[in-house]
Amino acid sequence: MPKDPNIKKVLVLGSGPIVIGQAAEFDYAGTQACRALKEEGVEVVLVNSNPATIMTDKDIADHVYIEPLNVDSVTQIIQMERPDSVLPTLGGQTGLNLAMALHENGTLAKYGVRLLGTSPESIHKAEDRQGFKDCMESIGQPCVVSDVVESVDAAAAFAQSIGYPVIVRPAYTLGGTGGGIAYDEPSLREIADRGIHLSRVGQVLIERCIAGWKEIEFEVMRDSAGNVIQICSMENLDPVGVHTGDSIVVAPTQTLANREYQMLRSAALDIITALGIEGGCNCQFALNPDSYEYAVIEVNPRVSRSSALASKATGYPIAKVAAKIALGFTLDEIPNAVTGKTTACFEPTLDYCVLKIPRLPFDKFTTASRTLGTQMKATGEVMAIANSFEGALMKAIRSLELNVRALRLPKLDDLYTDEIEDLLVNVDDERLFVVAEAIRRGVSPQKINSITKMDLWFLDRFKKIIDMEQALILCKGEPDADALRRAKEMCFADSYIGWLCQMEQKDVKALRERYGIVPSFKMVDTCAAEFDAETPYYYSSYDGENEAEGGDTDRKKVLVLGSGPIRIGQGIEFDYCSVHSVWALRRLGYETIIVNNNPETVSTDFDVADKLYFEPLTAEDVQNIVEQEKPWGAVVQFGGQTAIKLAKALTEMGVPILGTSSDGVDAAEDRERFDEILNQCGIPRAKGRTVFTTEEALRAANEVGYPVLVRPSYVLGGQGMEIAYNDRNITDFMRIINQTVQEHPILIDKYLMGREVEVDGVFDGEDLLIPGVMEHVERAGVHSGDSISVYPSIHVEDQHKKTIERYTHDLAKALGVIGLINIQFIIYDDKVYVIEVNPRSSRTIPYISKVTGVPIIDLATKVMLGQKLRDLGYGTGIYKEADYFAVKMPVFSFEKLADVDTGLGPEMKSTGEVLGIAESFPQALLKAFKGANMRAPKKGGRIILTVKDEDKGEAIGIARGFADQGVEILATEGTCRTLAEAGVPCTAVARVSEGHPNIMDMIASGTIDLVINTPTRGRRQNTDGFKIRRAAVEHSVGCVTSIDTARALLTARQQGRSRDLQAVDVTRI
Amino acid sequence: MKATLILANGAVFQGDSIGAMEDRVCEMVFNTSMTGYQEILTDPSYAGQGVVMSYPLMGNYGVNHEDNESRRPWAEALVVRHLSPVGSNFRCEGSLGDYLRQHNIVGIQGVDTRALTKLLRSQGTMNGMITCAEHFHVREVMDKLAQYRVSGTVERVTRREPQVYAPDGDLNYRVALMDYGVKQNMVECLRKRGCEVTVFPAHTPAAELLRGERVGDRCVPYDGVMLSNGPGDPADNVDIIREVRSLYESSLPLFAVCLGHQLLALATGAKTHKMTFGHRGGNHPVKDLEAGRCFITSQNHGYVVDGDSVDPAVAQVSHVNVNDGTVEGLKYSRPNCFTVQFHPEASPGPEDTEYLFDRFIASMGGEQ
Repeated sequence: MPKDPNIKKVLVLGSGPIVIGQAAEFDYAGTQACRALKEEGVEVVLVNSNPATIMTDKDIADHVYIEPLNVDSVTQIIQMERPDSVLPTLGGQTGLNLAMALHENGTLAKYGVRLLGTSPESIHKAEDRQGFKDCMESIGQPCVVSDVVESVDAAAAFAQSIGYPVIVRPAYTLGGTGGGIAYDEPSLREIADRGIHLSRVGQVLIERCIAGWKEIEFEVMRDSAGNVIQICSMENLDPVGVHTGDSIVVAPTQTLANREYQMLRSAALDIITALGIEGGCNCQFALNPDSYEYAVIEVNPRVSRSSALASKATGYPIAKVAAKIALGFTLDEIPNAVTGKTTACFEPTLDYCVLKIPRLPFDKFTTASRTLGTQMKATGEVMAIANSFEGALMKAIRSLELNVRALRLPKLDDLYTDEIEDLLVNVDDERLFVVAEAIRRGVSPQKINSITKMDLWFLDRFKKIIDMEQALILCKGEPDADALRRAKEMCFADSYIGWLCQMEQKDVKALRERYGIVPSFKMVDTCAAEFDAETPYYYSSYDGENEAEGGDTDRKKVLVLGSGPIRIGQGIEFDYCSVHSVWALRRLGYETIIVNNNPETVSTDFDVADKLYFEPLTAEDVQNIVEQEKPWGAVVQFGGQTAIKLAKALTEMGVPILGTSSDGVDAAEDRERFDEILNQCGIPRAKGRTVFTTEEALRAANEVGYPVLVRPSYVLGGQGMEIAYNDRNITDFMRIINQTVQEHPILIDKYLMGREVEVDGVFDGEDLLIPGVMEHVERAGVHSGDSISVYPSIHVEDQHKKTIERYTHDLAKALGVIGLINIQFIIYDDKVYVIEVNPRSSRTIPYISKVTGVPIIDLATKVMLGQKLRDLGYGTGIYKEADYFAVKMPVFSFEKLADVDTGLGPEMKSTGEVLGIAESFPQALLKAFKGANMRAPKKGGRIILTVKDEDKGEAIGIARGFADQGVEILATEGTCRTLAEAGVPCTAVARVSEGHPNIMDMIASGTIDLVINTPTRGRRQNTDGFKIRRAAVEHSVGCVTSIDTARALLTARQQGRSRDLQAVDVTRI
Repeated sequence: MKATLILANGAVFQGDSIGAMEDRVCEMVFNTSMTGYQEILTDPSYAGQGVVMSYPLMGNYGVNHEDNESRRPWAEALVVRHLSPVGSNFRCEGSLGDYLRQHNIVGIQGVDTRALTKLLRSQGTMNGMITCAEHFHVREVMDKLAQYRVSGTVERVTRREPQVYAPDGDLNYRVALMDYGVKQNMVECLRKRGCEVTVFPAHTPAAELLRGERVGDRCVPYDGVMLSNGPGDPADNVDIIREVRSLYESSLPLFAVCLGHQLLALATGAKTHKMTFGHRGGNHPVKDLEAGRCFITSQNHGYVVDGDSVDPAVAQVSHVNVNDGTVEGLKYSRPNCFTVQFHPEASPGPEDTEYLFDRFIASMGGEQ
């Protein structure tokens, strides 16, 4: 059936801010789908609150609304745009829930908007626990014994009847938020209570625990004619019990014989048929490792993280095909873009092995519980492709950027074997390495299998890697050609081979080149070479035939390095920048080559760059590509710290860095060189020192005077950064920082508590363009990524703007910047200081590009290639301010991470962001808070206020403001006394340690709307403040930890008018 | 032990021996299935051929007695990227490597199977030899390769005596199944639909089938006849084609698969030709033109019915391959007669077209 001609204007819902469980995969899916819709001549209206996405570009959609993803705002957009249909299955659970809400409240019917693709009835059937179970029963598909309950008592009664342990899964939540395994009644009561609270419909599912079974996934598709196909099968190395998002996943399945495989494949196709889904769907199964017994765990009737992985693993563009199906096409009418010859109606077959490893945030959240369970904790993931499992595993480990280069965690080296065995029971992010270490120590695979339930086949693969290590160690010096070849076929890095054989990395490379052991590249083509493919999507191997040879054009080649896995501090914004740079380069006639390892991103879509290399971003892996492609230049400015770290290595390989040289990068990071540049330019900065040891740190801190900022150099997102107020803090922090070996010195700077201002600039060697000056709501001390950022700035005087422009220009010039520069300033005592300079793209680029209409990445790319700003049409200096205020608001994923302190500080904690755009600051602020799902208490609401002594003065004004709005203020003794003395009506509540009912009971009672708690200093975990903040998160009570944020919330409450909020089409700005 | 694969075009692939260590000449074909190596090895249609598995990891789940598709493996050789030394699966009874050695199948691993697949795809299926010898005369090998032709395979693979399989449950139909190289799952698909299945050797005269089954002292006619899959060039089977013609001329419901489908086409005047590299795998989309729907099918064939040669008065093309438009099924004008090129019995591969067995059952007269 061809396209339905009645579909002319489609509303696409995005997934909102990046949070754990909902990351860049939906930008990838949404972007691909929007392009597919436009290809068919459909007008696209896009709504997403996340400004860092590519889908919110005017290149991707015709009308773009960066607005809160809630019923009110989307209803307003429907009224304004009058789309004829809405595509609900691209925006993750957020988009799907929103579409369902609009359907259920009659909005869609009222405005004649049709839900495209899967019908609401089908979505309901798949999403509603009981409905799903009934449907599965009707087609004879086994589910795990379970029951839906709406109260804790009912949960306990049912659990009693089926026996512990049981799994608790809340209905309609992201990434299993609030779920868990309960081993006894007390833990069940706790988890069920939280789950009921978090579920949109107040339901949780209690089910039989089948932990230890194999977890198998199938991605399947169906069209309106009823054609059904399977795209990809996946097997989790971690058995059932670990959320699939936190599991190591291999594709295709490895340990299923044809019979079990076809049994589950047929089940998946029967399920998608019974549900009547039109589009993509993910089916998760648990398979008893000792029989044919299986159970359907979950079905997602939409594109998902797994579908993004499946797309990248197979080359099959699921989102694109799903969009075309939604328009009415059938699978056999849709061409296969990879082969160009066949159609979308076939099943991809692989001739390689794909491995995904999740990227967990425990390097940032050192205090968080590392245990993995049914609640997802990963912020991102890496994928690797090789022609063996061992190779894919070695590549994936290198891609994680966790300072681990092989299947070996150095910190386990010193443990006794029985200690290693004891660690095997822990289900956490380090289990892979513990298992490997156990094998290395000779623990039998059978024993490891009995503890971990990891399949023996996987354990045998680990053993093969370890045997290879042993063989190399035994070579004692130069390995022979055979050993070296086998090691390279398993994708051992030269550096690791060198470490094992006690050779220099470069000598390993020279040796293998002498033996003729050089990489070749293979193509991902969806069909295992059965058809000639047209898509240059490559992975490396050490096979004979090299498929990347030939096909050279006379265009100059530019290598663009991506940003690797999404992690806190390096999010989707860098993919935005990389992709825009690729597009700019392609428009300018260059041949573009992208290297990246993140399956969730747009940059790794096969048709973004001219060539895609799905490889680890290490110097050695990139060098292989450089030697293959011999690029004319490389771009490292846009891929965050991951790419910029490779600048020096690229220079050594003889690849010219386009734009700022690696020396310029180094000058900005190297403390002494940078200080000298500041001196030359006459730019003040806070006093500071570089140190290595605790003694040096103490001396430095006392010299510059407390408080001081302590941080390692060359890090992301303020990793390890803290404010120290005294010697004890310094000793504490230095101990934590020095737990990992520091190659670079640690910086100790005087902490200036002023107004923080940030600019992004494009510099061409002479002229500077600053698209906008941004101001942070929170004063210095809160990481810029966690601060609310406002554009245009509100409090920055013109003279200071001039100073900022001059400083930026002078610094850019002195550092030799060509392209982007990001600088953070502090205005303190009416004077501008420089805090930090990054000669690269930043997380504010996407939003500033969208609000100002200045195509920053496009300009920076042109400038890097030698064009001059003067000729590019956007002028120089500070660009004229937009007519709108834009407020960028951080979004956190604290509810997913137990034991993490939610208090903000110099170390970044947010996972994503939303934007609020409006004609006034308070309205923009109100929108941003709504987008971030942070509600200011209304009249009759209640706030708990408990702040540190330094903040008590300012807290009075805020408390009074809320009290004037009719909000009841509750406070602990100290704060309460201060407020009472200032004449603010206030009720005292008991402290945590003061018996019941105390502040914790109040938070748990559900009668509190907001907690304002500013953390006292230091990193200690057991303070009352920590407990209060965690309690707020766990009971879904808004919690604000900076007095400035609280003031902003009050401003939004006092001056914002919800009723007057007007959606803004950013393509018209 | 090192092993070498030499192809008729002179290409040479080095690897390690994984099976019987003798020289073996066969026709090299590639299969893109990711699971089901044991079913493939024991599928009689591979007689005389060496199979290159394009998926690189083989032997992961070992071998077991349940997954045999016939009484022994028929493929001459197996070419893989990596052979797993251990099999891990609850049904595993041994490793694939041991199985190859036990059954005298020659094997080689460590080969760039993607390069080999591309070669076979672009230059077509060709003969090859696997040898463990360190030195060999290229001229001699080339002569051997030039002389080799897959022939007489139906005679080799078919059973010597008729064999009766009781239905799974009540007996609803009696089906005569011609064994040109039948896969066991074809028998199972019939049995589980209440058919008593009598499997006949390939050269059984049609008259014997048409007489019916001897039950006690009388003959009960068969309700339907199925023609199985099998190896080799269909046109080689001149005698069999004549008998198939007789079956066609009877009024018995007739359902044929793969080689059977080709034999019936030849028996009714159509032609077959050898494809460049054939269809072997579990992901081939086929459109059922009547139903207007596509199905993913399991396939294994090197020859195909020439669509233009089919007399429209005799048969209509009912199924086509979505990728290359080749004939995948014929519906004959004669009542109750239809054939498909692909494998509705799957094993290995998708089971999405098993409904064709239901169609055959229906053609035998509905529920009794």
